Amino acid sequence: MTELPSNPPRNLPPHKLSRRKLIAGGLAATGGVLGLGVATRVAQGYGLIPPDHGGIFGLGETLTYASQRLLTRHSLAREFSRNQISKRPVANEIPPFGDAFKRLQAGGFADWKLEINGLVDRPGSFSLDQLKSYPPHSQITQLACEEGWSYIAEWNGVPLSHVLDIVGVHPQARYAVYFSIDTDWWDSIDMADALHPQTFLAYGMNGDELPVGNGGPLRLRLPRQLGYKSVKYITRMTVTDSVKGFGKGLGSASPEGGYAWYAGI
Amino acid sequence: MISHPRFYWGETGNIWTQPLFKLPIPASRNLVPTGYGYVLPDQNGWSRYLHFQAAWVVVLTGLLYVISIVLDGHLRKDLLPAEGDFSWRGLSTAIVSHLRFARPSEAEAWSYNLLQRLSYLFVIFVLFPLIIWTGLAMSPAFVSAIPATVSLLGGQQSARTIHFFVSLALVLFLLVHIGMVWLAGFRSRMRAMTTGIARTRMERT
Repeated sequence: MTELPSNPPRNLPPHKLSRRKLIAGGLAATGGVLGLGVATRVAQGYGLIPPDHGGIFGLGETLTYASQRLLTRHSLAREFSRNQISKRPVANEIPPFGDAFKRLQAGGFADWKLEINGLVDRPGSFSLDQLKSYPPHSQITQLACEEGWSYIAEWNGVPLSHVLDIVGVHPQARYAVYFSIDTDWWDSIDMADALHPQTFLAYGMNGDELPVGNGGPLRLRLPRQLGYKSVKYITRMTVTDSVKGFGKGLGSASPEGGYAWYAGI
Repeated sequence: MISHPRFYWGETGNIWTQPLFKLPIPASRNLVPTGYGYVLPDQNGWSRYLHFQAAWVVVLTGLLYVISIVLDGHLRKDLLPAEGDFSWRGLSTAIVSHLRFARPSEAEAWSYNLLQRLSYLFVIFVLFPLIIWTGLAMSPAFVSAIPATVSLLGGQQSARTIHFFVSLALVLFLLVHIGMVWLAGFRSRMRAMTTGIARTRMERT
């Protein structure tokens, strides 16, 4: 047992909250708040503030996004070996498709187009065949859902950066906003993610066509963020310097539904 | 957890793979076959925001706490077991008096007993680091920068499973901790924790 004093020591050093300590603490807190203000301005300049930085959870979101942007700007998502590919990829939440989708599906998606506009030199539309004519790339990466499940698949497609090079992105571009044919589902990523080598316009899975359940014919694939950022059935992308004009200005449909814009966690 | 009450080991896990175990609760998402026939209301959005904000509070105050207990000697004086504490006699006395629900003596207001010290050290240096580590191991962005975070744990789903058990252990600690504070005199203990001054009955008389 620890030696315990039979009587509590009487002559303890004064350990009270003195006036001096209170004033010092107050000054430190004020300095902290001022410092936070300055830090915010600096972070804004370096693109470290997420669009959903407001509200009571904004500080946590900002800390996460800013620290991960600094830490992971160029890092690559983990890639796996072929024998780690999940035998059965999960196809969740297939929305009831509208007429536009059904019509394109009936035509074998031959007329599926991805339109790219905004802050680019040469806005244009890309058919699936056009996208497939570019040098194909593949990645064996994990898709992790915010619900908690995950699977590994080989994703075939063309890096988004390849297509963005073709349209010529303006230097003041900060976000790429992308839309599903189901217009309720749209999202955006910063240019670090948009130009990242593993960010794909994915049209294939495990060497085959990308199944409709997994986002076929065309899905954005973003392996460094949770699955909900990898929007399925994309038909449109706008390059912009601000997401203010899209939806409620929070950067995607996710924060409007209560979910974080940045999903690198 | 409620949106997918199944736990796995290894890198991946989903409704098509064999779980390590399932929680016997309905899910908040309809993807998971739970057999309950109904889906709980989904609260994932704001609760995830809260979770990750709270994670920052844990990391930042935790760092501050660990640095301060090292610097001010609290760790050495009050938390690390004193020399000779590890005798079988000392340990058994502590366990026996604990199991007898012996109320802490006045003298114990000034010091932690051996069981307290060991459990506090375990919480500070094992459970909290582990909950932070396993949490980061589930971040696809973080592990892209530092892959060992997840590979050392055996995969992303292993990290999730460990995270779950460690969080249970922390909740258990919290409940027992509050229970013991209650037994030892809730008001005086709360006062002592807040102000750093332990006043005993003897002193007040």
